[in-house]
Amino acid sequence: MNWNWLNRNTDQILSWLLAHLWLAALPTLLGLLLALPLGAIAFRYRWSYAALITVAGLLYTIPSIALFVVLPGILGTRILNPLNVVVALTLFTLALLVRVVADALDSVPPPVRQSATAMGYRPIRSLLTVQLPLAIPVIGAGLRVAAVSNVSLVSVAALLGVPQLGQLFLVGFQLDFYTPIIAGIVLCLLVAAVFDTIILVAVRLATPWTRAVSHR
Amino acid sequence: MINFDNVSKTFGEGDHRTAAVDDLTIEIPTGKITVFVGPSGCGKTTSLRMINRMIEPTSGTVLIDGVDTRSIDAPTLRRGIGYVIQNAGLFPHRTVLDNIATVPVLQGQSRRSARATAAELLERVGLPESMGQRYPAQLSGGQQQRVGVARALAADPPVMLMDEPFSAVDPVVRAQLQDEFTRLQAELGKTIVFVTHDIDEAVKLGDGIAVLAIGGRLAQYATPAEVLSHPADDFVADFVGRDRGYRALSFTAAGQLPVHEEPTLRLGSSPARGPAPSSAPVGEPYWVLVVDDARQPRGWVDARRLTSGRGVELGDLVLGGSLADPHASLRTALDAALSSPSGRGVAIDADGRVIGTVAARDVLRAIEAARVNAPHSPGQGTSPGAGAREGEADPAAAAVPS
Ligand SMILES: Nc1ncnc2c1ncn2[C@@H]1O[C@H](COP(=O)(O)OP(=O)(O)O)[C@@H](O)[C@H]1O
Ligand SMILES: [Mg+2]
Repeated sequence: MNWNWLNRNTDQILSWLLAHLWLAALPTLLGLLLALPLGAIAFRYRWSYAALITVAGLLYTIPSIALFVVLPGILGTRILNPLNVVVALTLFTLALLVRVVADALDSVPPPVRQSATAMGYRPIRSLLTVQLPLAIPVIGAGLRVAAVSNVSLVSVAALLGVPQLGQLFLVGFQLDFYTPIIAGIVLCLLVAAVFDTIILVAVRLATPWTRAVSHR
Repeated sequence: MINFDNVSKTFGEGDHRTAAVDDLTIEIPTGKITVFVGPSGCGKTTSLRMINRMIEPTSGTVLIDGVDTRSIDAPTLRRGIGYVIQNAGLFPHRTVLDNIATVPVLQGQSRRSARATAAELLERVGLPESMGQRYPAQLSGGQQQRVGVARALAADPPVMLMDEPFSAVDPVVRAQLQDEFTRLQAELGKTIVFVTHDIDEAVKLGDGIAVLAIGGRLAQYATPAEVLSHPADDFVADFVGRDRGYRALSFTAAGQLPVHEEPTLRLGSSPARGPAPSSAPVGEPYWVLVVDDARQPRGWVDARRLTSGRGVELGDLVLGGSLADPHASLRTALDAALSSPSGRGVAIDADGRVIGTVAARDVLRAIEAARVNAPHSPGQGTSPGAGAREGEADPAAAAVPS
């Protein structure tokens, strides 16, 4: 481990770290926001479930690097534009979460759903205020997977020259030098751990009832 | 009043068609408890859910107070009808108070005022106010079921639908919930449609009982007494069960039973003339009824076992079984006689004071008399029958030997 090299390049590494943070965080959030309505549609209309899940599955099999390369052509962006990364990872997140959201909504016990109907809830309100809150733990678990996989997928974009922690791996390979590689791995793990913790805490705060212990 | 007019419901198509409800025509009276009872899968839930349009009939009309339910927007209709689901179906993510406040909030009341009403309701269903802040998972099954009832009552709907509300709790809690429910209904006078597969529950709670057979056929619609004493067909007789004859005694008032004078002994005192009279058969226990200072029965004592001069203590007593209130049913009177060690059932007045004893042979005589005088109407139709309902209003009428 060459600490001098790290000291000399601290500023550069920090800027890559920052870029990495938002390049991974933004698609996770956008993907979730898009997955909620689409997942709700897949849940609500059985015929759309199969279609949406199939498309999502296909999307997920596209190698990330291919998407990074193809997107500029579709979006009219430059290859170095970080927007390509954001769009690609948003699609991956969406592909992962559509199914998670649909299945999470489906996991709400039928009696609870039926009693919402029986009380006089309209479908949208029941979805938003009864089913969605109850689906939070399952959606949260899916979101943790998506966030962590986004952290690692962002690194791939380094091959295109988009600056973020992945650059450390390129530098390491080019110089046949382990310090940047180890630093890159440690920082990626750190970012993943931070995201994971944030989601975990958010889910806990949003679901106080799951921790209510029996007073019986 | 709720009317089903030739209502049918089939699920599925072609070979998978199931008739859940078959041409149901029934009139459900206002302010009474009407029970839909029948074996599992006979269409009880389906019938119930066609009232609040959770299920739409395949054909026929459901009317509430003469209004076709299809003319009312479904969610609006449902907010005006209380619904208690099996296993309570509470919202796990809301506190007990917020669960109860559900419908008022949906109707546009402020959360604050809805919670205030909810707190009052909590007390009404026998739960402490402190429970309002808990989540459903922190409540026992019985408590959850009470919250379910409170939630259904929150908007004070004139009509309540209850789908096996007490099936998931143990028998002791169930009996307790049933008793409280009866008391609550006596105060509230709601129009209640109650679904159960348990004929005992139906008989206990129902003002009228609709017995449904598999395939959604209405087999009999009558008062509980009528269903027990005159089942409309073999299906009903079979469903009602073996000891229906004995259970039917619940509906025959014991009003005219002779009450025999019974010498009593005060707790703490000793028999004035020795432990047992010499006329009593030797070798058999000689039972004397022991009462307290308020003349309430405490138990029986075998006078032969008492030592002369010593006062009767609680420890000497054999507890006698149930008590017969002469205004109660023949079933209670018979049970009191059969469960008493002396064979004489203790009869009490409204304040619980001993007025004498009833004998099993007198109960049997009354049963014979009631049988001879019972009306033999065919017990099937679209309403429980005006005559039968009048009989119910005056329970003694059925038992008076004319
Ligand atoms: N959504 C449904 N789809 C298909 N069949 C159903 C549906 N709901 C009920 N059934 C069928 O209708 C019949 C009556 O059901 P239900 O009303 O739930 O009976 P119960 O409440 O008396 O047990 C049963 O044969 C049941 O299988
Ligand atoms: Mg049912």
